[in-house]
Amino acid sequence: MSGHVASGVPMVRAEGVVKRFGAQEVLKGIDLVVAPGEVVCLIGPSGSGKSTLLRCINHLEHIDGGALSVDGELVGYRQQGRFLYELKPAEVCRRRREIGMVFQHFELFPHLTALENIMMAPQIVLGRKVQDVRDEATALLDRVGLRERAGFYPSQLSGGQQQRVAIARALAMKPKLMLFDEPTSALDPELVGEVLNVMRDLAAGGMTMVVVTHEMGFARDVADRVVFMDQGRMVEEGPPNEIFARPKTERARSFLDRLVG
Amino acid sequence: MQAGENNRLPDPGPAAYPSGQASGQGLTVVPLRHPWRWVGAAVIAYVLLLIADLLITNPRWQWPTVWEYLFSGPVLMGVLATITLTILAEVVGISFGILLAIMRLSPNPLLSWSSAMFTWTFRGIPPLVMILFIYFFSALVPVLSIGIPFGPSLEVVRTNTVITQTFAAVIGLGLAQAAYVAEIVRSGILSVSQGQTSAALALGMTPLKTMRHVVFPQAMRVIVPPLGNEVISMVKATSLVSVIAYMELLTTVQVIYARTFEQIPMLMVAVIWYGVLTTVLTLVQSWIEKRLNKSAKNSPGVRR
Repeated sequence: MSGHVASGVPMVRAEGVVKRFGAQEVLKGIDLVVAPGEVVCLIGPSGSGKSTLLRCINHLEHIDGGALSVDGELVGYRQQGRFLYELKPAEVCRRRREIGMVFQHFELFPHLTALENIMMAPQIVLGRKVQDVRDEATALLDRVGLRERAGFYPSQLSGGQQQRVAIARALAMKPKLMLFDEPTSALDPELVGEVLNVMRDLAAGGMTMVVVTHEMGFARDVADRVVFMDQGRMVEEGPPNEIFARPKTERARSFLDRLVG
Repeated sequence: MQAGENNRLPDPGPAAYPSGQASGQGLTVVPLRHPWRWVGAAVIAYVLLLIADLLITNPRWQWPTVWEYLFSGPVLMGVLATITLTILAEVVGISFGILLAIMRLSPNPLLSWSSAMFTWTFRGIPPLVMILFIYFFSALVPVLSIGIPFGPSLEVVRTNTVITQTFAAVIGLGLAQAAYVAEIVRSGILSVSQGQTSAALALGMTPLKTMRHVVFPQAMRVIVPPLGNEVISMVKATSLVSVIAYMELLTTVQVIYARTFEQIPMLMVAVIWYGVLTTVLTLVQSWIEKRLNKSAKNSPGVRR
C-alpha cells in the first residue's frame, strides 16, 4: 500500500465527504487536500462542521458519502473493485496510530500522571518497553516545557499545562499528521499563548497539521492555508493574508468582521 | 480578652454603635441557646440506659452460652460457609453484572434489550423466591437437555443432579445480584465522558483496551461505593438460603437451637458474626475508596 514518494501523495484527501447526524446533514460534500508538511486552519462559525470533519479524518465519525484518505490509505475502509469494505476495529486503530489528535477539553486521563499519560499509548498500543518509553516521554515533556510536572495529575495542572501534556501525549505515537480541535477554546486568555507556542514549534518542525481554531492571529502567522467553512460546506480557501485581507465571499467577510469586533 | 488586643480594629467612632454605647468594649457575645438539643440528648440517654439495663440485668441473654458457642466448631464452619457463599455469589453477580452492563450499552438492539429484560425480571423477584424457585426447578423441568430448541437433544441429565443446594444458593443470590451490579456498572461507565473514549481511540487503542485502561479505572470510583454496599448486603442476604437448609451461619445456629432451645443466645452468636463480617468489609471498602481517590480529586474526565 505505502512505499510512495512523500511529495506525491497528499497527507489528507477528502472528496465529496458527506456526514449526517440523523436527518441533519452536517457535511455537505467537502473537498480538501492537505499536502505533507502543510498547516491548514479551519475557521468558521460554530456548527459549520469543522470539528466533525476533523473527527471524520481519523474515523472517530464514519462518513456517509464521498471518500477520505490519509497518506494514500482510505480512512475506515478497504477498497476492492467497486466496493468499500468497512474495516475491523483493530485495523481502524492501527491506522489511527499515525494520526495525533488534540481536543478542546484536553481529555487527559485523570487517573494517570502527566508522564503516565504520555507513556500509555506507546506502552499499550505499541507494546514497547517501559524504559525506552519513559525516556521519550520525559523528552517530550521537556519539549513542551513541563519536565518538572512529570509526576503531577491532570487536576493539579492548569488548563494550558494540561493541553501541552495532551499535545505531548499525541506526539508520543510519532504521528505524521496532527489534528487540533479548538485546542485553546477552553483556556483562560492568559494561557492561550503557551499552547500556541508549542503548536508554532511543531509547525516549524515540518509537522502536517489541520487546526480548527478561532485564533485568527495564529492562523495568520502559522497557516499555509485557511479554509472557511459554513453550514457544512467549504465556502472559501486561500493563503491567510488573502482570506483575512480580501475575503471573496460575503459570508466570510461578515464572519471575520464579527470576530474582529 | 488579651489575645484580641493586637488585631482589634481601629475604633470606628460613636456612629457605629446604634445602641448608644461609646465603643465595643464591655460588650458580651451570648451564643444562641438550643434547648431541643438537650431534650433530644436526654431521650437518647434514656433509651441507651434502657438497652444497657436489658443487656446487663436480664439473665435470659445467657451470655455464657453465647461465649460457649461463639468459637465452637459448627459455628465457625457456618461462618466459613457464609463467607464462601458470599464470595461465590459475588463472583457470579459481579462478572455476570459487568457482562450485562456491556450488553446493555451495545448498539445491537437484541443484546441491549435482553440485558434490560434480565434486569427487569430479576429486580422484580425477591431473592428468597428466586432461591426457592431454582431449588424446586426440577418440578418444572425434570430433565435438562442440551440440543436444538424444538429439535433433538444431544445431552440429557436429571435436573436434581445439577441443582444442588449450593447451586440454588449461589445462582439464586448471584443472579439477583447481577441485576443490581449491571445497573451500578452501567452508570459507572456512563459517568466517564465520551471525550475520554475519543482520546483513547485517537491514540490508536482498540475499543477493548480503551475500556480496560481508560474507562474502567475511572468508572471504578463511581462503581466501588455502591458495589461495596451490595457486597455487605450479600453477607446478610446469604441468610436467606436457610430456607433450603444450606448450612451457612444462620442455618447452623438454627440447627443448634432446635436441639437446645437456646434461641436468643444462638441468634446473638449469629448477630455478632454478621457484625464482624460487615465491619471488616466496611474497612476494606473505605481502604479501596481511599486508594482510588488518591490520584484525581476533581477529575476533568468524570465531571462533565
